[in-house]
Amino acid sequence: MRHRKKVAKLGRTASHRKALLANLAKSMIIHGKIKTTDAKAKELRRVVERLITFGKKGTVHTNRQAFRVLQDRKLVNTLFEHIAPQYADRNGGYTRIVKLGFRDNDCAPVSLIELVDYKFPEEAKKAKPKKKTEEPEQNN
Amino acid sequence: MALPKRKKSKSRRDKGRTHWKLTAPTVVKCPQCDEPKLPHRACPSCGFYKGRAVISAKA
Ligand SMILES: [Zn+2]
Repeated sequence: MRHRKKVAKLGRTASHRKALLANLAKSMIIHGKIKTTDAKAKELRRVVERLITFGKKGTVHTNRQAFRVLQDRKLVNTLFEHIAPQYADRNGGYTRIVKLGFRDNDCAPVSLIELVDYKFPEEAKKAKPKKKTEEPEQNN
Repeated sequence: MALPKRKKSKSRRDKGRTHWKLTAPTVVKCPQCDEPKLPHRACPSCGFYKGRAVISAKA
C-alpha cells in the first residue's frame, strides 16, 4: 500500500522525474550546493541523503545502488571516498535547504540546497596543515 | 434542476466582493543589515541567513 507515502511528482512523468532528480543529484555531488526551486530541492534531499547513506555503508552492493542513480563511476567514487567519510559522525540530515526568495522570471520560489559543512577535496587537503577561515563568498 | 430565479444585481455582486482582500506579507527586519526581509528566507540585500552568508549579495 502506498498510504501516506507521498512523493512530489513535479509535473513530470516517472521517467522524466527520475532523470531530473538524477541530474540534480549529480550536480550536488559535483558542486556541493545548488540553487533550484523549493519543490525540487525538497525532493532532491530524499535522493541525495539516500546516496550518502549508500556511501557510508561502502559495500560493493551499495556502490552499485549509487551507480544506478548517478550513472558515473567518477561521481560514485567522490561520493564514497570523499563525501560519505565527512558524515561518518552524522546520522542523517546531510543536506540543508535555505529559502532564497522568488525568481524574477516566473516568481517560482527558489532555494539553496547544500551538503552540510561540506569540504571539497582541494579544501580538505589545505585544511589539514593550517586551520581554514570561514569565507563562503569565494565558493559561489 | 435548481436554477437562480433572478439575475444577481450589480449591487449584490459587488457586496459579495467586499470580502476579497489582499493581505500584506509578513516582513521582518534582517538582524544583519536591518533591511526588511521575508521570514525564514535568506536576506536579499546582504545574503545572510542564521548568521552566515548563504549567497553573495546582489547589489
Ligand atoms: Zn540583511
